[in-house]
Amino acid sequence: MNKRSKNANNINKKKLVETAIHGVFLILGLTTVSCVLLITVYLVISGIPAIKEIGLVNFLFGKTWASTAENPSFGILPFILTSIYGTAGAILIGVPVGFMTSVYLAKMAPTKVKNIMNSAVSLLAGIPSVVYGLVGMLVLVPGIRRIFNVPDGASLLAAIIILSIMILPSIIKVSVNALEAVPKEYEDASLALGATAEETYFRVSVPSAKSGIAAAIVLGVGRAIGESMAVMMVSGNVANMPGLFESVRFLTTAVASEMSYSAGLQRQALFSIALVLFLFIMLINATFNFFLKREKEGLV
Amino acid sequence: MKKVISTLLVGVLAAGLITGCNAGTKGGKVALDGSTSMENVIGALCESYESTHSDVSFTYNPTGSGSGITAVLDGRCDIGLSSRGLKDDEIAAGLSETVLAYDGIAVIVNQENPVNDLTLEEISSIYTGEITNWSEVGGADSEIVLIGREAGSGTRDGFESITSTEEICAYRQELTSTGDVIATVSQNPNAIGYASIAAVNDNVNMVSVNGVSPSEESVSDGTYVIQRPFVLVTRSGVALSDAAQDFFDYITSEEAWDVIIASGVVPAN
Repeated sequence: MNKRSKNANNINKKKLVETAIHGVFLILGLTTVSCVLLITVYLVISGIPAIKEIGLVNFLFGKTWASTAENPSFGILPFILTSIYGTAGAILIGVPVGFMTSVYLAKMAPTKVKNIMNSAVSLLAGIPSVVYGLVGMLVLVPGIRRIFNVPDGASLLAAIIILSIMILPSIIKVSVNALEAVPKEYEDASLALGATAEETYFRVSVPSAKSGIAAAIVLGVGRAIGESMAVMMVSGNVANMPGLFESVRFLTTAVASEMSYSAGLQRQALFSIALVLFLFIMLINATFNFFLKREKEGLV
Repeated sequence: MKKVISTLLVGVLAAGLITGCNAGTKGGKVALDGSTSMENVIGALCESYESTHSDVSFTYNPTGSGSGITAVLDGRCDIGLSSRGLKDDEIAAGLSETVLAYDGIAVIVNQENPVNDLTLEEISSIYTGEITNWSEVGGADSEIVLIGREAGSGTRDGFESITSTEEICAYRQELTSTGDVIATVSQNPNAIGYASIAAVNDNVNMVSVNGVSPSEESVSDGTYVIQRPFVLVTRSGVALSDAAQDFFDYITSEEAWDVIIASGVVPAN
């Protein structure tokens, strides 16, 4: 009798502890969610007034940004286009390199090479963006000036090159995971039917992992569009319409470069730019989740 | 047990509150906020003041002229620091300005560039894009690359208002710090930029303007024309705390001249 009640007591205690722990985890989880909510609400609240004052069409499609002028104009089309072109350029260069690297790493590389390359990729992911920017500023920008014989190397091209290197780790890591998750039976079947190893990788493994690879690319897009420090140091920061050798300003750098000295409507407009950027990121995240979900369903 | 702990905690917190209040009423704190360009001179002034007033502590947020002015207006700091004169609407909002010192803005070029003297008109024409080649001002036959600061920067504002190039500068690069400007100009033989005289180092050359080379002497006697005021911003009609007022009196007095001069700018009074 005594023993039984002790047991019951123990079980009750365990339950209590478990509930408590459950509560702690719930609170921690909710903290994250509330951070996101807080940022979203704050951005919307502080981003809307300027858009209202400037007018949505004038804001999104205006071609001149002169925030401190006597008659200021707040058109962010140059920033939007620059961000899109810059990201597209980075994807154009970064995806083929990243894709081939991940196929090699996941399927072909001998273990030793694979280990070294994997740690190199991790290291690349860990380099702070200001270091990318510094190297870009001191090596890449003068290099572009000499190679292309232009008066100044700080340009969209410099930003694209830096970004395409910066997105490599995200593309490679997610793609390698997707490729390694392809069931071995698929490849064995292909090989058994007489296909060569390369044919198998590109015709069987890659198509089965295509959702994962797409997710990797979208992740790269998200990284590229959100980068500010490195880009700010090599792109020149003038609010021109984008051109490969033009000095350009991205959505991120538009916010970062003027925030410290801004006041009034200019400051509000910077929040509005941040809001636009936030919407872009949300769109990209939704796309990412879509591909990730498809990959999961495809493999079940 | 829990009760004891919580009582203790409350006690500690209350004690903290009281001591915090004490420090406040004593007026031992001076909050400064504003221009990054003024960091050098204000830092030196705070240090020299603290050496004789060890009970006073300073907080200084180098957030930029605009933010500093807003901070004064919101009552978030005692004295705002601005590297430009106040605008009319800012004065109308209840702020007043006291010029602390004058800062000369140097026009800098790459060391390989043979150009060492420009007139103010030439500088204006270069920055507005009328003169686009160094050969037009006695240099090599290559395109001029204009390096400037971001919109809202006190240095840019000062430079553009003095050279009458406001809003029409055809910048090739807009950088966010003095150091970036100097680094970029030192990297590109075709570049021209501007920066505080005190901040310029040996990696770039300063050009003389209208035949006057930038220096403390030429800024203080007014012969070097590209210069701007360093302004202390306060709320008009609102008294400063005792500590802030004492500090304000000190830095605007002759006593502070040596410190101001030592930090590379020229005292105003």
